[in-house]
Amino acid sequence: MTAAEASSPIRVRLAGLATPRSRRLTGRMAGKRGAGSNEESGERARIRDLALVANTRDREAFRRLFEHYGPRVKAYLRRLGVDDDAAEDLTQEVFVSIWRRAAQFDATKASVSTWIFTIARNKRIDALRRDRPATAETEELEFEVDPAPRGDAVAELNQMNFRVMRAVETLPEEQKKLLKIFYFEEKPHSAIAAELGLPLGTVKSRLRLALAKLRAMLGEDRT
Amino acid sequence: MTDGLTVDELLFGHATGTLPEPLDLVVRTHLALSPEGRRHYALYCALGGALLETIEPAPLRAGAWERLERALDASEPRRDEAPRAASTGCLATGVPEPLRPYAPEGFERLPWRNLGPVMEFELPLATPGYRARLIRLKAGKGIPRHTHRGHEITVVIEGSFHDVQGVHRRGDLVIADATVDHSPVADEDCLCLAVTDAPLKLTGPIGRLLNPLLRI
Repeated sequence: MTAAEASSPIRVRLAGLATPRSRRLTGRMAGKRGAGSNEESGERARIRDLALVANTRDREAFRRLFEHYGPRVKAYLRRLGVDDDAAEDLTQEVFVSIWRRAAQFDATKASVSTWIFTIARNKRIDALRRDRPATAETEELEFEVDPAPRGDAVAELNQMNFRVMRAVETLPEEQKKLLKIFYFEEKPHSAIAAELGLPLGTVKSRLRLALAKLRAMLGEDRT
Repeated sequence: MTDGLTVDELLFGHATGTLPEPLDLVVRTHLALSPEGRRHYALYCALGGALLETIEPAPLRAGAWERLERALDASEPRRDEAPRAASTGCLATGVPEPLRPYAPEGFERLPWRNLGPVMEFELPLATPGYRARLIRLKAGKGIPRHTHRGHEITVVIEGSFHDVQGVHRRGDLVIADATVDHSPVADEDCLCLAVTDAPLKLTGPIGRLLNPLLRI
């Protein structure tokens, strides 16, 4: 944070406006993980930046988000096979969406990176399916886990994003690579299998194994 | 159950953005109606977010920020925009959000085709090889016994039905394939969205006669 930002009256005012729920959440996180977690302090800064964009149309805050996520969104699109020109254009569209929809972001439902991931994913799908009703503008509905806040369950879902991040870090390289292929490469499963030189059934069972491992680490009981 | 496609695989496919459009539609309808589905889907989206955070960044071209600023100037947000309120048209009450473009005035106003035990409305989708239909069954009525050449993915929108796989209620996603030979029966008035990736094959003695007529 620069000195100018630190002394910004807007930042101070917004910090004072934090909702009781988000304060409680922050308290829980700090208590659980200690204040030293890089991901969490980075995430808190990004949530603050998105709130600044939503509440005061703060372009400096938006620029920080763009500088962090812009090249990641472009990389994601490039890996999906979008050519450089189109990836550059789509990245712009993704960030215009973020700018317009910042007020819809809800930190109790998704992390900033998760929210941006779904916007980028949908922009690309909409680009592939031109002339169809757009999906991107309604995406946030899918995160509505429950219309009413449910006490600790709300904090739990938000925590999930950090736990997923940490869990991914502990996966063996091979499984991490497999997940990245599934998320970042537009290929039928059979092509993924061919590329890895494995039978399709093996690829599918390895994917299931990686996902089951993640769920186990996250304490999810899946029946 | 089938040994092939699973509900989890569909949720994962939707999260990674790799499903064909008709399957996306059936999964989005499931998500709109099932808190359990949303919980699992949220995990797969969070995984996508975590991977996005760790991806090797691809530098943007010089001037990308200035270009974005010009785009922001040109498209100032509509502050009064309220997508949730706007998408809840009173006519479409009861229509899950993903289906509203297809039934903007509610399910009742659709031009249903009456096929005897069932009424159906085929959604106009443009993906070759897939059919997406809304199907209504009166309580106690059934669909002639059939199996499937490909997959049939059904989400219950209202009411419930049962078949060899069990009882399926509002929000449930049901997958049937060639290994499933079933004759679904509605336990109460039932409305479903069914997506097939190949024509069904009627297997009962009467069903075989109906095959060319029913197209279900």
